[in-house]
Amino acid sequence: MSILSVKDLTYVYSQGTPFEHTAVDKLSFEIERGDFIGIIGHTGSGKSTLVQMLNGLIKPTSGAVYLDNINIWDKPKEIRKIRFKVGLVFQYPEYQLFEETVEKDIAFGPTNIGLNEKEIKERVLQAAKFVDLNPELLVKSPFDLSGGEKRRAAIAGVIAMDPDILILDEPCAGLDPLGRDILLSQIYSYHKERGNTVLLVSHSMEDVGTVCDKVMVMNRSRLEMFDTAQRVFSQGERLQKLGLRIPQITSVIDELIDAGFPLKRGTLTVEQAVEDITEYLKREGRL
Amino acid sequence: MRDITLGQYFPADSVIHRLDPRVKILSLIAFIALVFCSFNYVSLAFTALFVLTIVLLSRVPLKMYLKSLKVIIIIVVITSLLNLFYGTGEPIWQWGIIKVTWAGIHNAIFVCVRVICLILLSSALTFTTSPTDLTDALERLMKPLTVFHIKVHEIAMMMTIALRFVPTLLEETDKIMAAQKARGADMESGNLANRIRALTPVLIPLFVSAFRRAYELAVAMECRCYQGGEGRTRMKQLHLGKRDAVCIVVGLLVIAAVVLLDIFFAAYV
Repeated sequence: MSILSVKDLTYVYSQGTPFEHTAVDKLSFEIERGDFIGIIGHTGSGKSTLVQMLNGLIKPTSGAVYLDNINIWDKPKEIRKIRFKVGLVFQYPEYQLFEETVEKDIAFGPTNIGLNEKEIKERVLQAAKFVDLNPELLVKSPFDLSGGEKRRAAIAGVIAMDPDILILDEPCAGLDPLGRDILLSQIYSYHKERGNTVLLVSHSMEDVGTVCDKVMVMNRSRLEMFDTAQRVFSQGERLQKLGLRIPQITSVIDELIDAGFPLKRGTLTVEQAVEDITEYLKREGRL
Repeated sequence: MRDITLGQYFPADSVIHRLDPRVKILSLIAFIALVFCSFNYVSLAFTALFVLTIVLLSRVPLKMYLKSLKVIIIIVVITSLLNLFYGTGEPIWQWGIIKVTWAGIHNAIFVCVRVICLILLSSALTFTTSPTDLTDALERLMKPLTVFHIKVHEIAMMMTIALRFVPTLLEETDKIMAAQKARGADMESGNLANRIRALTPVLIPLFVSAFRRAYELAVAMECRCYQGGEGRTRMKQLHLGKRDAVCIVVGLLVIAAVVLLDIFFAAYV
């Protein structure tokens, strides 16, 4: 059963003015429980608008979002409850930190849900653990943390609400390569451990290729493709026409295939590629 | 949030747009004084007509002017009503403590027309002059104040930067509000105290980011050797042209006309 589905979702900015602009155009798709989905697309293709509609921050111009088969705008007064179920981490989330201590900041979400003190404390510790935030840091001011720590603290603030669906908008933007890898693997292990649904908006095809099962491709406000990562990234030429590319390792393997080697199209990780190539070489007796 | 328009410059190609901003600022001050020096109906009508001419000459859609009038229409109505009901003299209509007198009616009309003229004039200035031109002109106009060791250039630079960052900070506010709402912040309901408290999660990050931006901008300016006004030349020099001379002459003629009308039609109050 799908946990989240949207039907004919449309959003028009500044409707009725000369600046009218359709950001999301008649999108329809279904997301299964436990999916890890990457959303890719050019800047301005409507990704950010889409994710803000999924948790009820902006109301669709037309069409609807169904969470557990219930239209989230059925009861507009209870839209906050939707936001607890669909956690959204914005781009550069460290700019939203405001409390005196990291602990209080992570507790902001759970407090808004209305949990009691004990539950809040538990949630905060758990969330901090998920993003590998040292417990010593919890008593510090969030403004004294390093850039990477701030980012993780802010993500913990959303994870602490224990959402059924976690949406991250470019969580790795502006981090150094090591920081990216660590954060990505933390998000991945969080997804594995909790089994919840994760949507990852990213410009890095490598990131998406490594962690996502399915990939959604947005182009000019429309949903261009929505399929397994392997199938999407097997279509390098089509993606290139949209101004996107495939992960580096995938294109290396594609070239090898074109050169006559019997490998698999849509190979997504370096590990997988190494395995396939070793196997091939062994079969040929060259290794 | 987006509806707040500060620095509402409307680019177009009109006589008013091409005037020197210094002339425009000084004319505005003069004409505002003029509006309050129109003491009788004839001179008031003349001034109003003159203001309308400027509005039409500016080639800015009338809709824009109406929009800026809409904001203050309540103030106009209230002050007119107060003037209407609290006039002195013989009452022509009375109901309890509320009485309407001829003096009151005259006052109400005068206040109404004057305030509308005022708004139209200052709108005409901000619609036809870009914020940078405005601060440039202010800097030049305030230059004599350097005698008193007032840092005119620095003040103008601060104004320019402040204006420049209004849209940026508005956008930032939108983003931060969305982020806190995503964490369940409730900003739309509750009483006043609760709503003010709900602003903390928005204001603190906003201040932090304003300071960060200020610091970054300062570093960027220093990297380009900015050191204040002394010895600084400008890319766009302001020059008074023929057009400006004509404007000044017309302005003086209008002032003279209003003064004459004030004297000759003093009876029509």
